Amino acid sequence: MSENHFELDARRMLCPMPVIKTQDRIKNLDPGDRLKVTCTDPGALIDIPSWCRIHGHAVLSTNTKDRIITIMIMVR
Amino acid sequence: MSRQQRKAVALISGGLDSMLAARVIKDQGIHVEGINFFTGFCVEGHTHAIRQKDRNKKKRNNALWVAEQVGIKLHIIDVIEEYKDIVLNPAHGYGKNLNPCLDCKIFMVNKAQAWAWMEENQFDFIITGEVVGQRPKSQRKETLPIIARESGAEDRLLRPLCAKNLTPTLPEREGWVNRDALFDFHGRNRKPQMALAEELGFSEYAQPAGGCCFLTDKTYSSKLADLWQSRGERNYELDDIMLLKVGRHIRPKPHYKLIISREDGENHYLSGYRNEFISLESKSCKGPLALLDGVPRDGDMEQAASIVARYGQGRDAQEVLVEIRMKDGSAQELKVKPLPPDEVVSSWHV
Ligand code: SF4
Repeated sequence: MSENHFELDARRMLCPMPVIKTQDRIKNLDPGDRLKVTCTDPGALIDIPSWCRIHGHAVLSTNTKDRIITIMIMVR
Repeated sequence: MSRQQRKAVALISGGLDSMLAARVIKDQGIHVEGINFFTGFCVEGHTHAIRQKDRNKKKRNNALWVAEQVGIKLHIIDVIEEYKDIVLNPAHGYGKNLNPCLDCKIFMVNKAQAWAWMEENQFDFIITGEVVGQRPKSQRKETLPIIARESGAEDRLLRPLCAKNLTPTLPEREGWVNRDALFDFHGRNRKPQMALAEELGFSEYAQPAGGCCFLTDKTYSSKLADLWQSRGERNYELDDIMLLKVGRHIRPKPHYKLIISREDGENHYLSGYRNEFISLESKSCKGPLALLDGVPRDGDMEQAASIVARYGQGRDAQEVLVEIRMKDGSAQELKVKPLPPDEVVSSWHV
């Protein structure tokens, strides 16, 4: 299982664009890879974990600082 | 999963009907996955994300939430570019406002089909939550076959909630689904759907009033029509249609419009556009941020500044200092008298 780290900048995008970008990015990643998504729409804090749950990916952490949200995902 | 198990892709809008349709078919042992299209006009969490006063409201994406409740995967597809042609040139015309519902449905079923028949997906049929007679234009008995035909899905398009009112489709004829266990809902009465929701154990669901997108909204549609008229062409970019959801839109002259924030959340959102628009903001007292859309002519800056000052805390002051910032970051300050409320002509409000 690979364990490469990738980043996705979805700042200033409104939902569902951060989810769509996350979905499209993960399509090209391998199980074990980690994706760090940064965004500013607070809706992403609900929607990205929801999308991960239904597709079986793991959310390792979520963090909000100065309106910037960071979500760390492990692809499964 | 054996190939014997049939696969259906469900159009998920996030409302109750598509939730029920997907669940009913899943309960018949079909492998169901959801698809949702983002057109840019969807009534989702945008305004909640922008407006401070809405921040306590739920910001979830209803389509994702529905997928979780039903227990299916959901694929969200960005169709912003392709959808423009539907909004700009709907072959079947508009509904009450600028909502091209019939063309929109044909487009979405067609897109779902293109996705579903792809080699790596290999789905057998498509389901929607449509109910005969529920909507005045796009869900009449005569229009449902048009959607099936013009989308190309033909008899692989199944509407589980009203299937018994329609000609049997391929999944019914082939016995992939049991027609007897489908429904005969019709008309605008929502009670059968609510009863079915209760029976299936769904106690919470979204009930969007009017429709699933901003195009059914009268005020939003008139802002879009104004945008086209002022530009002399019917076209738009994603930022244009997002900005129509934000702030007060005031057009004092045909060649320029002000987008004036109504609260802190909108101020913050509009500030992200300061490199793309001329922006105005009161400096001598607290006031809104405004974007100027258009090319101002002689005297327009003074007029725009006095309108912006009128919406700030200095509205009753003799004079307000307003900063005008150009797209390149250079700025100048103007001292203006706030426009008295009775001089903000009602026809300026878009
Ligand atoms: S309300 Fe909007 S999204 Fe729904 S069918 Fe009509 S145009 Fe399409």
